[in-house]
Amino acid sequence: MKPTNINDPEYFHKVVDCQYACPAHTPVPEYIRLIAAEKYTEAYMVNWESNVFPGILGRTCDRPCEPACRRGRIEEEPVAICRLKRVAADNKGEVNHLMPKAPEQKNGKKIALIGGGPASLTVARDLAPLGYEIHLYDEWHKGGGMMRTQIPSFRLPEEVLDEEVNYIIDMGIHTHFNTYVSSMKEILDKGYDAVFVGTGAPRGRDLKLPGREEADKNVHIGIEFLADVAFEHRDKVGKKVIILGGGNTAMDCCRTSRRLGGDEVKVVVRSPFKDMKASAWEIKDAKMEDIPIMNNMPPKEFVVEDGKLKGMIFGNVRAEYNEEGRRKLIPTGEPDVFIEADDVIIAIGQDNAFPWIERDLGIEFGKWDIPVLHKTTFQSTNPKVFFGGDAAFGPENIITAAAHGHQAAISIHLFLEGKDLVYERPAPMTNLVQQKMGIHEWMYDSPVVEDLRYPVPHEQKTITLTNRKIEVELGFSQKTGFKEAQRCLNCDVQTVFDTKSCIECDACMDVCPTSCITFTQNGDEEDLRTRLSAPALNLTQDLYVSSDLPTGRVMVKDEDVCVHCGLCAERCPTSAWDMKKYLYEVTKTYAMPVPMEI
Amino acid sequence: MTYIKPTFRHPALPKNKISFAKADYEGAISTLCAGCGHDSISGSIVQACYEMSIEPHKLAKISGIGCSSKTPTYFLSNSHGFNSVHGRMPSVTTGANMANRDLIYLGVSGDGDTASIGMGQFVHAIRRNLNMVYIVMNNGCYGLTKGQDSATADFGSVSKPGSVNQFQAIDLVGMALELNATFVARSFSGDKTQLIPLIKAAMSHPGFAFIDVISPCVTFNNNKGSTKSYDFVRDHIEATSVLDFVPQKDEITVSYEEGNSATVPLHDGSLIELRKLSPEWNPTDRYSAFVRLQKAKMKGEILTGLLYIDPESTELHDLMGTTDVPLNTLREAELCPGNATLESINQNFR
Repeated sequence: MKPTNINDPEYFHKVVDCQYACPAHTPVPEYIRLIAAEKYTEAYMVNWESNVFPGILGRTCDRPCEPACRRGRIEEEPVAICRLKRVAADNKGEVNHLMPKAPEQKNGKKIALIGGGPASLTVARDLAPLGYEIHLYDEWHKGGGMMRTQIPSFRLPEEVLDEEVNYIIDMGIHTHFNTYVSSMKEILDKGYDAVFVGTGAPRGRDLKLPGREEADKNVHIGIEFLADVAFEHRDKVGKKVIILGGGNTAMDCCRTSRRLGGDEVKVVVRSPFKDMKASAWEIKDAKMEDIPIMNNMPPKEFVVEDGKLKGMIFGNVRAEYNEEGRRKLIPTGEPDVFIEADDVIIAIGQDNAFPWIERDLGIEFGKWDIPVLHKTTFQSTNPKVFFGGDAAFGPENIITAAAHGHQAAISIHLFLEGKDLVYERPAPMTNLVQQKMGIHEWMYDSPVVEDLRYPVPHEQKTITLTNRKIEVELGFSQKTGFKEAQRCLNCDVQTVFDTKSCIECDACMDVCPTSCITFTQNGDEEDLRTRLSAPALNLTQDLYVSSDLPTGRVMVKDEDVCVHCGLCAERCPTSAWDMKKYLYEVTKTYAMPVPMEI
Repeated sequence: MTYIKPTFRHPALPKNKISFAKADYEGAISTLCAGCGHDSISGSIVQACYEMSIEPHKLAKISGIGCSSKTPTYFLSNSHGFNSVHGRMPSVTTGANMANRDLIYLGVSGDGDTASIGMGQFVHAIRRNLNMVYIVMNNGCYGLTKGQDSATADFGSVSKPGSVNQFQAIDLVGMALELNATFVARSFSGDKTQLIPLIKAAMSHPGFAFIDVISPCVTFNNNKGSTKSYDFVRDHIEATSVLDFVPQKDEITVSYEEGNSATVPLHDGSLIELRKLSPEWNPTDRYSAFVRLQKAKMKGEILTGLLYIDPESTELHDLMGTTDVPLNTLREAELCPGNATLESINQNFR
């Protein structure tokens, strides 16, 4: 193999599994260390810079970081990254003075943001400090978008949401609330210099089955049901409720129903449990609230008697998978099942919808009516119009919306400065800092803690089920937060190898607890992976290969289960190994270098 | 401060034939200087015992005093151990071995512990062909007392402060050959591919198996001019052979070119497979080993690898005709012949 190029900013970034998996690339170990040091405000700001909504995400994030966490590869459970984020948000001090401010003197350019959700708010956050005049349009009376309409209060209290939305609105954003934008043409005609579309995926899918129309009064679309509850247009549901669908919206609908008078709430999914789209922890929380989840039962018919919904009929299937892993549901032949219901909530997915964008404005739409966008810049075929969040490539999650928002903001800024959106895009900020303090001392807490993941305490069910506004999860205490933070392996503290200093004494290879390091003859990757101290079977993790050493061998380190304990560097007599902290930050608009004026 | 080794191990590491993981053969984290050659030797011992599927309670590690003799703490935590008096490792091992012939005895010593204070013990253990592995971690200096030249420091070798050694060195390998040791080898801590099979072969050899391992002292003897530094050893190393240890009943997978290869069968059915690098040398011919060793010395080479092995070796217990069962398991019933026998003996003298 060729020697690894550690000057490539992505090499060490990839070693920080959580950060690499995060769409917004939040420097996770960095803020976890700050939490362990009780520097909650600083930890909050590290988060805020990167993902804009730490308090919200600390409760609701889809956590792509956690399945990626290295801890999950050496023991069963990853670090509770998401819950630690909440610890930072819950315990932070005053942060207002740390937020970027919008200048009094504007730069004369106006930008419209359509939709008040996480993507638009991120664009506003990134562009307002540069002096842009930002106009935010939303159909509701407050900002937040789907975070407000689709996430129930027992998961995300309104105060938390308002606080973080207002940090942005307070940057002097011109809000046009209670304004449904029905024509893109009208917006463009108002002379905005750029338009950002962050309207999400607002259309919940319906289910056309016999009896659907007759039962209409008691059949609801999941996201509309949640929005009605959030805006207090609805405070009751029937005693018996069926929820159709196996995603997170279904989980929110069933738990909300439990709080609105639903005593017998059932979730029915047509596929097997293991194919359910909902996050494992949301399924667990639903089950904790006595909600049975029935699988392999496709709905067949709404049963209506005397104009009133009585229940639904379901079939029975089993799943078969072909060689490509494609699923086929095959009827088992068992008799159909009738389940009684007063209300049925359909939560089987949602789609983008752009009925309000006229098709003669130069904005091209492709397959499934999704706008044609540049993958990196989020620019549409009309150079003035940008998309982000669920509106861009279909339903994702809040953290992805924030990531899109940052990139779209950079694009809009470059566009309005007359620069190239791709070639003049700023590189990420990276920094590699030595951690050595003494022979056995590092600036980070190197010993590896063996604790298992700490569970998050919940409020008593008897209390939470009576009021939909009482938050279920109580969050970690500072003490538990510290202990959980200590489980972090500090993957951002990199093992950096200097070939020239190595005397090939093998000390690192002998001491490495997880057998990551090997000195051997070079070969191609496939061959090398089988010849190491421990077989390198995880192909998603790179091999760190040195250039040739004096004996003709090379150092090969399998990054897979390195626990970043620093023992290789401690046992290295020549500091050929060193522990260096790698910070990778996606460059934000307000941190972009300003060209010198001539 | 990290003096604790994390307990996490690579999940894909295999277990050996008796279901032990390599971690089961490890010891406490080393407190020797970072980069010490001795740690590599410890690592090789761990690897050899793991690969040989030795039950940890079937092995005793015995040492004297010195940096080298601290190392048994850093390997085989689940085995028996005795950290004895300076230079007295061989006599403690002799006693233990006499009492229980069922264990594998791994003696660990250093150049001071063997070539100075323990010389008398060393030579007599060889004479008796005591069944043990005797490893000398040889760094040519007294590391624990700030690096003075030891008795194995080569003539003309330059110490860290710059003084040149005026005394002749004791060549432990030559001495072992001279005293008719039945297994003599030399190796280098930085060459595990050679050292691990040597340790395995030594453990399988019935009788005194001696391995002199050159092990650089990174703190006091890794300077320019030293003949026991990593660089010097690597520049001057010369191997007798490339060897492979084939345990009992395992299939032979290495095949060396005919004419150069040699196979030495060991007592227990295992084999040493060699690819000879010097044609005039024969591993079972003591004279050829002498010649090869002297040649290397004259050329300024450090000759490593297996130098000599006596496949017909008879160890001390067999020489003395002791009973097959360990002496420490014999109880009164076996040891006391009884009154009737005593009476009959007494009758003979009447």
